[in-house]
Amino acid sequence: MIRSVHKHKAYFAFLGHRISGLLLGIFLPIHFYVLGMALEQTDQFDRFLKFSELPGVKVAEWGLVLLLAIHLSFGLRILVIEFVQWPTPGSIRLNWISWGVVFSVIIGAVFLAGVFGS
Amino acid sequence: MEMKLFLLQRLTAMIMVPFIFVHIGVIIYAVRGGLSAEEILGRTQGNGWWIAFYTLFVISASIHAPIGIRKVLREWAGLSYTTVNLLALALGVLFLVLGLRAVVAVGGLA
Repeated sequence: MIRSVHKHKAYFAFLGHRISGLLLGIFLPIHFYVLGMALEQTDQFDRFLKFSELPGVKVAEWGLVLLLAIHLSFGLRILVIEFVQWPTPGSIRLNWISWGVVFSVIIGAVFLAGVFGS
Repeated sequence: MEMKLFLLQRLTAMIMVPFIFVHIGVIIYAVRGGLSAEEILGRTQGNGWWIAFYTLFVISASIHAPIGIRKVLREWAGLSYTTVNLLALALGVLFLVLGLRAVVAVGGLA
């Protein structure tokens, strides 16, 4: 059966990759700016790091780690689809999408265990 | 130009794949037991490997991200090619300047 393209697993991967990329793109300049504080405003940098110890901020960081892992794994699938030979016509590596989600959830769990478990 | 940007984005993606695995590892290692400026800077400042790694990472990300954002602005916001080109260029410069400044700061090059 032919399903609407928007209900297809590959469309979910497309959206996941695009939205995670956009959000990371918004985060990136903030991340760089804060790290740049270490240059002249060491006090402010330290204050920011203390602020980052709040549990709510840690959860936000966890979200960022998840976004990065999702963008990496879905992006890796795109690279493989585009640059590696297709052994069969069905080789759009749909199973890579689920594995990408599993990988990202594991990374997220390891991050949380490191933050709250120690 | 579209083909060149496409290839440039894929090339920077390929460069960043191993970098992101390492970066995620660094994040998970670094956040254990809390972050402090002293701890971070003690590990990074004057570390040539760290500086080289993150310089190349920043350059790749500053090329990769604006090309992607350009495409999204074109397709989803319907902006003209002139507008998206200018925005992408401005973002690329912003990412590069802020990113390299961060490497200088955290790598202790100043």
